[in-house]
Amino acid sequence: MATAETNVPAILEIADDCLILGHRLSEWCGHAPILEEEMALANMGLDLLGQARALYAHAGELEGKGRSEDDLAFLRRERDYVNCLLVERRNGDFAHTMLRQLYFAAFMQPFWREVAANSTDATLAGIAAKAEKEMAYHLRHAGEWVIRMGDGTDESARRMADAAIELHRYTGELFMASPARQKAIADGLLPDPESLRGEWDATIATVFAEAKLEMPEIRVMQKGGRDGNHGEDMGHLLAELQFMQRAYPGQTW
Amino acid sequence: MTAGSGSEASGTTGTDFELARALDVASGVPDPEVPCVTVADLGILRSVSRNADGRIVVRLTPTYSGCPAVIAIEMAVQTALLDAGIDATIERVISPAWTTDWISAEGREKLRAYGIAPPVGSSGGRRAFFSEDVIACPRCGSTHTTKVSEFGSTACKAHYRCDDCAEPFDYFKCI
Repeated sequence: MATAETNVPAILEIADDCLILGHRLSEWCGHAPILEEEMALANMGLDLLGQARALYAHAGELEGKGRSEDDLAFLRRERDYVNCLLVERRNGDFAHTMLRQLYFAAFMQPFWREVAANSTDATLAGIAAKAEKEMAYHLRHAGEWVIRMGDGTDESARRMADAAIELHRYTGELFMASPARQKAIADGLLPDPESLRGEWDATIATVFAEAKLEMPEIRVMQKGGRDGNHGEDMGHLLAELQFMQRAYPGQTW
Repeated sequence: MTAGSGSEASGTTGTDFELARALDVASGVPDPEVPCVTVADLGILRSVSRNADGRIVVRLTPTYSGCPAVIAIEMAVQTALLDAGIDATIERVISPAWTTDWISAEGREKLRAYGIAPPVGSSGGRRAFFSEDVIACPRCGSTHTTKVSEFGSTACKAHYRCDDCAEPFDYFKCI
């Protein structure tokens, strides 16, 4: 069956995840600990931005209201963004940024693989085939850093452990399916995130074991992003992200 | 239409000279970030054909989703065709996803001669943490090399160093 306008909210969830995390990574420009990581963080941010653009363009077309990728990225209000809370978390130190990237990539790489193989939406499958390769790189890069830092000096291990305690509570939302997502799953567009949990758990367990990190015990997972209920950090992020288009509407480079 | 490296003019019977010329011109456009190779060498020129209205359509595909050179490449191809008196439509296609497997043998040799190590092996999905490929130095041929960074000067390249001749070099990543 063809993808319908009713699937737009589910596509926006993924597009927003990519845009917001891509923006977070771009905030590292000029601040990375070493030159090579300056390049790596910018490159990963660019991958995510590219994925977001393709998804927004597709959503805008399906919606049929004439909203462009720029309109969707720059001109919605905070409550209209439906990214998960994990991706909007502030960068913190390099350990926080790399662990956040690992958590996200360990989910998205198999997610895109499934979309590429099984989606009933040919455009989504096309976007997915490219994105899967890119996320495989992110997963490897972030995983290697988490291992290096977790199994590194006392200070790097402490920072990595702090990052895990801070961020692990935001990973549960990756596996929750909003009503919009459930519809897209029923329509055969997207995989059920719950079906990817085993693979994600295994990836994270492997990295944590090699990194000699303890898996934090989290009783209550944080959620709300898919309903537009964001943390305090999100407003600050959007202020920066949207400034140009808000101050100079229609401005182009 | 064509897959694999390079493209060919098709969609007509008999010889369509304008179409053949369009393919020739489009194929010769250099990549803006790796100017030693053409868009045809890289396999990002997917096809040159005529649509139902008889208009020439050139299909290009990006290497990475966020490749900032995409628009520059599309404009370069359009301009080269206009210079040759051909008004063509440029279309961006993302499926099937570009892979380094599409870089032609000639393209790989041009990369090496330019100082960029061509991709090794064929593309695949996920790989083990800390797994390393053996990459030969494009200057001296030594396989005694070290990866400096997975992410290099552009999205499609990684940064390496030769431990024998001590030259730093780019490696065209395999995806």
